[in-house]
Amino acid sequence: MSRDKVIKENFTKLQQKSRAAWESLRERPLILVGTATCGRAAGALEILKVIKEELAKSGLEASVLEVGCMGHCYAEPLVTVYKPGFPPICYGYVTEGIAARLVQDFLGGDDPCLEFALAALEANDMVPAFTDFPRGMIEKNIILDKCGLIDPENIEHYIALGGYAALAGALGRDPGQVLEEIKASGLRGRGGAGFPTGRKWETCRLAPGEEKYVICNADEGDPGAFMDRAILESNPHQVLEGLAIAAYTVGARQGYFYIRAEYPLAVARVKKAIEQARQAGLLGTNILGSGFDFDVDVFQGSGAFVCGEETALIASMEGEPGLPRHRPPFPATAGLRGKPTVINNVKTLSYVPHIVERGARWLRETGTDGSPGTAVFALAGKVINTGLAEVPMGTTLREVVYDVGSGIPGGKAFKAVQIGGPSGGCLPESALDMPIDFDSLSQAGAMMGSGGMVILDEDDCMVEIARFFLDFTQKESCGKCTMCRLGTRQMLDILEAITRGQGKPGDIELLLELAEDVKAGSLCGLGKTAPNPVLSTIRYFRDEYEAHIKERRCPALMCQSLIAYYILPEKCERSCDACVGSCPVEAIYTNEDRIKVIDQQKCVKCASCLEACPPQYKAVIKLSPPELVNEMGA
Amino acid sequence: MKTVTLTIDGRTIKAREGEKLLWVALENGIYIPNLCAIPGVKHPAAACRLCFVEIEGYPRPVTACTEPVVEGMVVSTRSPRVDRLVQTAFELLLSNHQQDCANCPRNRSCELQRIARERRIPLRVKRLRKLERELPVDDSSPALRYDPRKCVLCGKCVWVCREKGTGVLGFAGRGFGRRITTFGDVPLGQSGCNGCGECARICPVGALVEKKADI
Ligand SMILES: Cc1cc2nc3c(=O)[nH]c(=O)nc-3n(C[C@H](O)[C@H](O)[C@H](O)COP(=O)(O)O)c2cc1C
Ligand code: FES
Repeated sequence: MSRDKVIKENFTKLQQKSRAAWESLRERPLILVGTATCGRAAGALEILKVIKEELAKSGLEASVLEVGCMGHCYAEPLVTVYKPGFPPICYGYVTEGIAARLVQDFLGGDDPCLEFALAALEANDMVPAFTDFPRGMIEKNIILDKCGLIDPENIEHYIALGGYAALAGALGRDPGQVLEEIKASGLRGRGGAGFPTGRKWETCRLAPGEEKYVICNADEGDPGAFMDRAILESNPHQVLEGLAIAAYTVGARQGYFYIRAEYPLAVARVKKAIEQARQAGLLGTNILGSGFDFDVDVFQGSGAFVCGEETALIASMEGEPGLPRHRPPFPATAGLRGKPTVINNVKTLSYVPHIVERGARWLRETGTDGSPGTAVFALAGKVINTGLAEVPMGTTLREVVYDVGSGIPGGKAFKAVQIGGPSGGCLPESALDMPIDFDSLSQAGAMMGSGGMVILDEDDCMVEIARFFLDFTQKESCGKCTMCRLGTRQMLDILEAITRGQGKPGDIELLLELAEDVKAGSLCGLGKTAPNPVLSTIRYFRDEYEAHIKERRCPALMCQSLIAYYILPEKCERSCDACVGSCPVEAIYTNEDRIKVIDQQKCVKCASCLEACPPQYKAVIKLSPPELVNEMGA
Repeated sequence: MKTVTLTIDGRTIKAREGEKLLWVALENGIYIPNLCAIPGVKHPAAACRLCFVEIEGYPRPVTACTEPVVEGMVVSTRSPRVDRLVQTAFELLLSNHQQDCANCPRNRSCELQRIARERRIPLRVKRLRKLERELPVDDSSPALRYDPRKCVLCGKCVWVCREKGTGVLGFAGRGFGRRITTFGDVPLGQSGCNGCGECARICPVGALVEKKADI
């Protein structure tokens, strides 16, 4: 029998067995509970327990599955119910009471409890589906498509829904053909820089040497980023399949997952996935009878942010301190133990099976010319729907913020989006209609980075935001090179002075000079991108910097040193003592007109009085510069 | 090994292919500022960021200590971009350097003074804030005196102590807190240091000095 026939035959057997297992699940009602880290944080494990107890009590026949994250993290815990005769319905904000009712009334009776439904998974005429909402029309799930719908600890689910067919297909082809497909797809690395994946693989494939490695970078250290974790927890086999295809293409026989040790659930699920893939003959020697040998191990990272940088990652895997090295040589020619090594991000590898299965042209149908495919964002900050969203490249920021994220809570005004984590930048309102992809973002002074997206509103001070992110990178700098160790520190000192009202004329210019030199002169990507938050906030919000320096005024009323709290006499309800009771330092007294007054000398600016003042009065306000208080009294 | 021809600042120079540009320049009497480069190490630290040069065809300045020479390479050691980067890196180091030249045993043999002289950069930095390090001087060894506030973190002492000494020196801390200390962070006098003095001889500044040179 020919080699590709053997592969096909072996794989078809696996597929049939998996499909049978998957279909037998659907013969009776099926309840999915999202127990990825986001679900667990919201109490999903208790919900799971209640559902199991209720099922046992009622004697109803149903299967219960733990699944990963669907991206609707704002509405966790999430439960999805499949019941014959009904569309699959997803419930959000599930409490123990709701969980019990789903079992009793929906499974036991025939009441689908639509008052708790978030949406149906498929279009139907009973419940609106996710795709009926503006968000659903914009979102396009490629690499998140099975997340939250399958049991990540069961390889059969993944295979039943089409998993590992791409690996089987690739093994039947020449590695060169697979490489051409990836190159033609225009896939770019999702680890931050957007480097063309096909080119990286080609360099490694052509590099001389028998021994080569492939590594999945799952160090995900950006504050606020959790998409790699969500994917590993929700669909680890997709990443593993991508890694195996990468290995086959470049000629590696050993692969690694580099996962931060703070992700214990991801580590456990990846290890389990590797074990199951070995047992199924999808890893190990002679995979599917193809003659190709490949195995994978998990390496747990120590958690330093800089260890996500590829040369530092390699150093740390070699047992050296996790410090970056000069490039070139790039890992693709001389990486782990000096051998040619492909390092790709979790998301990058997740696209690979889809591309191999459906073709380069198919990927290019989504996204922009320069950035085919989708982008996965983690929405956080001042936005109603926080969570994960996968949208085509080229979607505008406005669509992401207002349609996917449902806008800014509390009727506040939008101010900026911080994209790309600590190496990214802040984009203002005028950028809202810009289609976002790798190139447009870097032209605008931000970065795709890991896909973290923090929405900022009128109450956020842009100098303080820049200080916050630089404080992170400065603390995470490994300290090896002068520019990053001392340059970021000098910049941070200046920003701190500005936010304290001690900025000097010329500080903005000095910040710009240092920022450019740290970018151009640092050894690794950490330093080369650390100034971005500073540069972009100066570029778009220079007036806020100037107000801090020249007028000692914080326009967003955020910087503690530059504000004072004040009680408006005309609004104060004289006999109400709410503010007095709330003050931890007894700074509020009643004057001869029975009006409340803040003793500015004693005030510690904790904002308790502002929160305590009943909404019908709203008598407490913030003033900047603080000296305004004196004028108000006069 | 193959020999290649390159030009540095208009001078034609022959060198062994693959040798790092910094050494080729220095061997030919062309000065490029440097603090952290050590001949022959496998992974150059490339940490001090002082050895920037322009190479024709490269979009931006690169560090000479990491750049292997190739046939036909055209190098300039000076350009407005290079000068600016070198000045910033140098000023950053000075802003973090306990400066007391008049009382320093390395006065006149200090690499920082040399760089200042070669590149005409004042040793007194006006533009930047002083970034003091609150670290105690280690006077515990009979042979050596270690003043971490003067250290520029080039790492040469760590390397030489491993090569020729007892291997007690190493890096500790991250970011701004990065410093050189002994294994176990004990005073030099209790570290197993044998006082060979190699570290003081290789230290480009006055951070590690031999006591006999003190008098
Ligand atoms: C400071 C720093 C941290 C990084 N952290 C990560 C990370 O957590 N995950 C990641 O995939 N890439 C990270 N990168 C990028 C990697 O160096 C590398 O470019 C990436 O893993 C390549 O994969 P890709 O081509 O699939 O994007 C980081 C880079 C820098 C400079
Ligand atoms: S000598 Fe090149 S960076 Fe220090």
